[in-house]
Amino acid sequence: MMYQYDEIDKTLVKERVDQYRDQVARRMRGELSEEEFRPLRLRNGLYMQLHAYMLRVAIPYGLLSSTQLRKLALIAREYDRGYGHFTTRQNIQYNWPNLEDTPDILDHLAEVEMNAIQTSGNVNRNVTSDPYAGVARDEIEDPRPYCEIVRQFLTLHPEFSFLPRKFKVAVTAAETDRAAINVHDIGLRIVKNDAGEVGFKVLVGGGLGRTPFIGKVIRDFLPKEELLRYLQAILRVYNMEGRRDNLFKARIKILVHELGTERFTEKIEAEYEASKSDTRLLMDGIEEDRIRAFFTPPTYESLSDDAPDVDAEAAGNPAFADWLNRNVVAHKQPGYAIVNISLKPMGEAPGDATAEQMDAVADLADQYSLGHLRVTHRQNLVLADVRKQDLVALWKALVALDFATPNIERITDIISCPGLDYCNLATARSIPVAQRISQRFADMKRQYDIGEIRINISGCINACGHHHVGHIGILGLEKNGEESYQITLGGSSDVDADIGKRIGPAFASEDVVDAVETLVNTYLDIRQDGERFLDTYRRVGQDPFKERLYAAY
Amino acid sequence: MPLIKDGAVAEDSWTTVGEDDPIPGGKAVIVGLTRWKDSADDLSGHNGPLGVRLKSDEPPELIAKDLGRFDLIALEFPNFNDGRAFSYARLLRERYRFTGEIRAVGDVLQDQLFFMRRCGFDSLELKEGRNVDTAIDALGDFTVAYQPASDEKDAPVKVRDWASN
Repeated sequence: MMYQYDEIDKTLVKERVDQYRDQVARRMRGELSEEEFRPLRLRNGLYMQLHAYMLRVAIPYGLLSSTQLRKLALIAREYDRGYGHFTTRQNIQYNWPNLEDTPDILDHLAEVEMNAIQTSGNVNRNVTSDPYAGVARDEIEDPRPYCEIVRQFLTLHPEFSFLPRKFKVAVTAAETDRAAINVHDIGLRIVKNDAGEVGFKVLVGGGLGRTPFIGKVIRDFLPKEELLRYLQAILRVYNMEGRRDNLFKARIKILVHELGTERFTEKIEAEYEASKSDTRLLMDGIEEDRIRAFFTPPTYESLSDDAPDVDAEAAGNPAFADWLNRNVVAHKQPGYAIVNISLKPMGEAPGDATAEQMDAVADLADQYSLGHLRVTHRQNLVLADVRKQDLVALWKALVALDFATPNIERITDIISCPGLDYCNLATARSIPVAQRISQRFADMKRQYDIGEIRINISGCINACGHHHVGHIGILGLEKNGEESYQITLGGSSDVDADIGKRIGPAFASEDVVDAVETLVNTYLDIRQDGERFLDTYRRVGQDPFKERLYAAY
Repeated sequence: MPLIKDGAVAEDSWTTVGEDDPIPGGKAVIVGLTRWKDSADDLSGHNGPLGVRLKSDEPPELIAKDLGRFDLIALEFPNFNDGRAFSYARLLRERYRFTGEIRAVGDVLQDQLFFMRRCGFDSLELKEGRNVDTAIDALGDFTVAYQPASDEKDAPVKVRDWASN
């Protein structure tokens, strides 16, 4: 079900916390200046935000046990203001910890086999994956053993701990891309070749930020056992040749872009060939099998895929039926279902959860989903192993927690960064815009009429809210002391990934929600049968949207 | 400047000479890459140990053919964030099989020393004013590691084996 630390993992995390505790003590005694302390705390996930420190904790590939979630709740209650914020990269952030408490928080995390190692800084970050990994019907095999292998390999890597810039890896094995691998520094897709062997398709150089790119395929098929050698080649070339003269050009996507995909690929392949005599990283299956064993599917009950109680409830209860249609997904095991918990009740901040809510979800995970849950890239939670016969009871419990809003992949399922309310990089607020859009479109009937649509909001050009890949993207900027919002259309982080295009001049804060509504109404007027917002946009282009949008102003 | 070698403070027997400085006969000297490229023939007559100092944009590939001539290679960290030399050190050890001394020079932080040793550095020159004692302690911050590197034979750490050989 889940990787468990052995002596090496435990020792490493403990030694890391000890090292950090000493660094904090040196800082508190004044032996380290803030300037000297900065790179050290960053490597342990501690940022200086607008009002206070922010601690980012990794949730490797989004997988959590109920015990771990209760610990996250305890930290929220005892060391923060009672809540945490789930991010687009399957992390959780605490916005109000005291510096002197942070080593104790890391001790708490270590107790439940968690850490904040490399959640910031110019290093490899949390390895992310499909929130339905291991239970999805459309996957070739469970990608999580490879996520764990990559996590370990790139943790405190002696050669790659001072990269030109941050580095993000995502892995998926499914046809539908729920991990946004196209917009990661390295995207790995588990594929089968003609001979039926399983390996990786390797994408490099995707990313958002101020220069967005879709990742380029540099290998159609990499044999599984070569994974670490190939990763080492990519990271080594990047470490030696990535730009270090300009912070904004230091990501690997710029290296790929400047060299061209062909030249870049040649360099990687040459380095890979040259390192082939070193067999230490050639996975021979022993360590791989050890790790894979942790992800053996649970013993499922033998159940019928028919659930008459559920059908009966859905027939007589439209609210339940909506939830069932929207938030519940088919499971590979008959008689089971995947349940999305929406962290986006109408008018609330996307991704936030209180300590009480976390405890309650942990109880639900124990009661209904084999004690585990997942955090999604779209800032929701997932109970992945729910018996269909339990769906009605689970729905009632979620309704009581205000976690049953049936809006997954609908207009109020908004991705948003923390924005100017918290972040000192931000140029505008983003959460309040998300809240206002959520209120404007609160009517569920209207949401269903609009259908699948992704709105992503970032509070600055760094694009933590992934606005470039929203069907509608909103970027908050500051102009003459006023917040303004630029709109992009046509982005996607799915298999049909694309970077959205700017539609025109930015909107004032009080006009941006009207603008979104105008875009949506335009789509409703001109869509053809079965078209999503994105499909209509791709068919007709910007003009019809642009005309309506700017005619009004 | 304080020098750490084999986990202890060490005397520095090497002299770094500038582009136009005379080469002191019989002494252990370190020259820059330009000087080496311009006057390799003159330096071949030097009757003492010879080292070369590479800047962070000078990969070891540039001296690959000459490695047999050097007893020491100093890799420069212009600032602690510039991690190119970590790769250079590993390439020198693992690809070019350089067996002489590899020294880290420049803006070296104590919190990097553990990584440096794993990448094949065996001497570390700290900036003036940095605390040598805490730096030596920092070499022992970790007793385990997740990945093989250049320190395998005498690794002070327990390393996760990906392959069983």
